[in-house]
Amino acid sequence: MTTIFGVPAAALYGQILIGLINGSFYALLSLGLAVIFGLLNVINFAHGALYMLGAFTAWLGLQYFGLNYWAALVVVPIVVGLFGIVIERLALRRISGLDPLYGLLLTFGLTLVIEGLFRYWYGSSGQPYAPPPQLTGGVNLGFMFLPIYRGWVVIASVIVCFATWYVIERTRLGAYLRAATENPALVKAFGINVPLLITLTYAGGVALAGFAGVLAAPIYQVSPLMGSNLIIVVFAVVVVGGMGSILGAIVTGYLLGVLEGLTKVFYPPASAIVIFVVMAVVLLVRPAGLFGRGD
Amino acid sequence: MAARPLLEVRDLEAWYGESHVLHGVTLSVGEGETVTLIGRNGAGKTTTLRAIVGILRKRKGVIRLGDRDLMALAAHRVARAGLGYVPEERGIFASLNVEENLLLPPHVADGGMSVEDIYRLFPNLLERRKSPGTKLSGGEQQMLAIARILRTGARVLLLDEPTEGLAPVIVQRIGEVIRTLKSLGYTILLVEQNFRFAAKLADRFYVMEDGKVIDGFRADELSAKSEVLHAYLGV
Ligand SMILES: Nc1ncnc2c1ncn2[C@@H]1O[C@H](COP(=O)(O)OP(=O)(O)O)[C@@H](O)[C@H]1O
Ligand SMILES: [Mg+2]
Repeated sequence: MTTIFGVPAAALYGQILIGLINGSFYALLSLGLAVIFGLLNVINFAHGALYMLGAFTAWLGLQYFGLNYWAALVVVPIVVGLFGIVIERLALRRISGLDPLYGLLLTFGLTLVIEGLFRYWYGSSGQPYAPPPQLTGGVNLGFMFLPIYRGWVVIASVIVCFATWYVIERTRLGAYLRAATENPALVKAFGINVPLLITLTYAGGVALAGFAGVLAAPIYQVSPLMGSNLIIVVFAVVVVGGMGSILGAIVTGYLLGVLEGLTKVFYPPASAIVIFVVMAVVLLVRPAGLFGRGD
Repeated sequence: MAARPLLEVRDLEAWYGESHVLHGVTLSVGEGETVTLIGRNGAGKTTTLRAIVGILRKRKGVIRLGDRDLMALAAHRVARAGLGYVPEERGIFASLNVEENLLLPPHVADGGMSVEDIYRLFPNLLERRKSPGTKLSGGEQQMLAIARILRTGARVLLLDEPTEGLAPVIVQRIGEVIRTLKSLGYTILLVEQNFRFAAKLADRFYVMEDGKVIDGFRADELSAKSEVLHAYLGV
């Protein structure tokens, strides 16, 4: 059996793959958090709950409306985005301009309500969600066995992250978003409808979480607490990448996912905390984050 | 005054939080006129412009543009009435390159300058169009701040100290730009501390002190007024 640094190669590749998959979710979720924080100054604690809502919407859609996986990938982000519009219009808008702590508390409360409702309705145990038939099975890459669905998750997340980056950094709408993040009052004075932009940004950010939820459904069990397990790590990712940095959130998401996977191979006991160790070090050395502008 | 007032401000009061800064500002700018607002630091000139464009919301009084009541409009609708604003701090966006900064303000009316016209007027901006906006020199940033509102079709321009902190050659260049705009029929409300600069451009002047307009005169009254002016401005 081949080994690398005394570790079986297959185990190493396997953990790197798992790291990339976890990293895919970190990237999708921290990207939305970073965009939302940049424009709204809201630390969206509900992001994990909305990711869970995405997974549940896919599951419910399949159970009750025969909504297949591919349709869910399109429909669920829209549903979660619409829910985001309601949250922004009814709640977040009322606390805009206040200390970010208020937004954090509000979205934390929202998280408790959403997760509590799903626990009440569906219990804490997970619901299985089968991957679509086109993506079942696996391929032998020679050096490792790759389950097709897992490869798909990585590809899909890279595509969506890149598309989001492109919209923000290369389009007119993205220029509005970047400018409003810097100086909303002046952007308004130019005649741009910033309140609408804020609503759309929140909706877009949480739609990414909903999309991640659909991707996750066939891998993890669809359960009310699936988001709360993830969100703390994702916050650490955002802190490491730098609040409000788009590219930083994406790159850091994948890097930390892989780092976590590697730690699992070389020193398993540390794998659960390695991301937080990195966060602590980054906060000490570069408080604005690896990609943060820092002012 | 021959021209009919296009921009009209009456008894404008404004507050920053609890602090009452404007105490009844009254002024008007006729169509095609260039009017300069002068006054010492802290007199309330910037605040007046911020209240007109609606960045400062805590305000009272009358602000009209043509037959539009600007007080009644949400902040993002004021520009659409045909107003272009160049803020004192210039407001160039660091995360946008020069061209993105230039293209940012949406069209508010037909008849704005084309991007080609603008690059002809400001050749430097063309050369640097892919650089981040805030990497430009102070003078270039000021040109960019003016250039981007010329695209929008706004015919009423509010310029807040466009020469502040700039070298004499750049000041001269900005003077030429404003003269060009004047000849193109733009209506301009110009805030200036540099009185010698403003004296060559404006048709009329208002003097502000302690949040009020305390005097006003035409350009041809300038020499007769020079003594009082020195007293007002403390120069
Ligand atoms: N953001 C602000 N918050 C509180 N007070 C302000 C603010 N900006 C300006 N002021 C005060 O309002 C007054 C008018 O300021 P400003 O309009 O900037 O004067 P000017 O442009 O004529 O120099 C000053 O006393 C200034 O200290
Ligand atoms: Mg000022």
